[in-house]
Amino acid sequence: MSESMSDVINEPTAEEARLGRQTDEGAQELRPRQHEVVMTGGVWPDDDETMIINMGPQHPSTHGVLRIMMELDGETVLQAKPVIGYLHTGMEKTGEQLTYVQGATNVTRMDYLNCLGNELVYALAVENLLDTEVPERAVWMRMMLVELQRMASHLLFQATNGMDIGALSMMIYGWREREQVLRLLEMITGLRMNHNFIRVGGLAADLPDGWQQATLDVCDNVEAGVAEYETLLCENPIWQERTQGVGVITTEQALALGATGPILRSTGFPWDLRKAQPYLAYDDVDFEVIYTGNGDVYDRFLIRLFEILESVKIVRQCVARMPGGDYRVQDRKITPPPRGRIDESMEALIHHFKLFTEGFKVPAGETYVAIESPRGEVGCYLVSDGTGKPVRLHVRGPSFYNLQSVEAMVPGSMVADAVAIISSVDPVMGEVDR
Amino acid sequence: MSDESPQGDADAAETVEEIAIADPVAAAVVEGFPGSVAVESHGQSVVYVDRGVLAEVTKRLRDAERFTQCTDVTAVDHAADVERVEIPGVVRERFEVVVNLLSHPRNARIRLICQVPEDDPTVPSVTPLFPGANFPEREAYDMFGITFDGHPDLARILMPDDWDGHPLRKDDPIARIPVTFKGDPAPR
Repeated sequence: MSESMSDVINEPTAEEARLGRQTDEGAQELRPRQHEVVMTGGVWPDDDETMIINMGPQHPSTHGVLRIMMELDGETVLQAKPVIGYLHTGMEKTGEQLTYVQGATNVTRMDYLNCLGNELVYALAVENLLDTEVPERAVWMRMMLVELQRMASHLLFQATNGMDIGALSMMIYGWREREQVLRLLEMITGLRMNHNFIRVGGLAADLPDGWQQATLDVCDNVEAGVAEYETLLCENPIWQERTQGVGVITTEQALALGATGPILRSTGFPWDLRKAQPYLAYDDVDFEVIYTGNGDVYDRFLIRLFEILESVKIVRQCVARMPGGDYRVQDRKITPPPRGRIDESMEALIHHFKLFTEGFKVPAGETYVAIESPRGEVGCYLVSDGTGKPVRLHVRGPSFYNLQSVEAMVPGSMVADAVAIISSVDPVMGEVDR
Repeated sequence: MSDESPQGDADAAETVEEIAIADPVAAAVVEGFPGSVAVESHGQSVVYVDRGVLAEVTKRLRDAERFTQCTDVTAVDHAADVERVEIPGVVRERFEVVVNLLSHPRNARIRLICQVPEDDPTVPSVTPLFPGANFPEREAYDMFGITFDGHPDLARILMPDDWDGHPLRKDDPIARIPVTFKGDPAPR
């Protein structure tokens, strides 16, 4: 009797299967699974009824429009499945319509917390296809800007992570320091976000007057801020109780699921592309790869906290050792002529006009360039057919891959812990959905 | 002296062979899977493999060559290419499926590319080997309509489930869908 009952329940009827295909919920269905869950601390009703609920897409803890389908047994999450696509705007399709000059404005909006990093990976990919080397000063300026961006991103993580877990004052502190970094970036690039500053062949402009002192001041303030967070959270028993041993993931799981960045490093695997496959001048500066061994939410928080200090270290070295020279290649086919030349030289005017109307042509070929973003490996797969627009502009957003690890980390934890786990992945939906 | 000269010639022939395929992993793939073509693209190791053996090559690389992570799976539509690089030994098709693998112990990357014809856009899935290929394969299916055989849950991921067409195909033009708003009065 019981066997035939379960057969009836497990096998969907033809009608159910048809409905499953037709409704837009059908393909994203979460089928209840049999799990062994040990529950303690109370007398639980002896039933195996589970509940499937949706968290998001509109939920303050989902960092945008992430939806997580969760199967619950009481307060325990049996399985979780991220459902994405709510922020899909076809940016890779848009990238095929834009010239290589315009492309930077597109990629910078994908991971909107790592704008300069996305511009950098795009610029490196195009320069790889062009076989162009940028001047020394451009390399160091790029490195400084990307590290400032990493500081801003990790500071924002400290703020939102604190908010998600319940340390509300942390949100204000994190935002306070991030604001200083953004003001510095505004002073250098002219914009707080989506800078479009790192361009193919170098940068858009040179550093402004007084940048050294402003940068060093921000470094000092951020360092003081991090010391405050450390006092506030690291030894805080409530914080530790809330984060330690929660959302544990092993190195094998992280590697298999394609997780990179702080998630991989929190499992005791010291992999950082800045050290392992150095780009820019990272082999020339002194910094440490931060990694821990527990693979839980607390470790991911710690790694991001101390990576801020490593970024401060790199930025200080950049300020001290910033080389002179040009901030972009003086190749009129790639970078525009100086503004002053346009008034006096017909050739400069033509170059300027051609560059900003039809852009430059890139030799046919394909390349994949990867750098370390605050969230892990951000890669750019670029295919050119010899014209002024790419055939394919694919950005490997680290959050897109890291989100898959939620499926491995959440089961067995409480609903409130699921919020902490999603927060510790630090997903940016802009680059997940692109 | 006379004994050494043929030896020297053989050495020279070997070095020429080694220069042709600088990456030992790529050379091993070409040796193990006839029909594969190894090239170097801007200093990166690329192997063009037959789509039928994509999963086997990936498995070999994972198990024997210690490629620990599948960093990226994506596809390319070459339908509208003005110019396409000719690779000797590779019959170019409309679609390409690109698998980027990373080996942490070797600190090396390799890229597998297979040609996928328009009339049968099917490749074997690498998700059973690398669970992390789940989302990117779903994305390639969603955007290009390429089916990944053996994928556990091949559903659309970014577009709505009832969407018609595959947006990143070159014959899926932009502004194909007229933008309409509910209750929008007709133009005056």
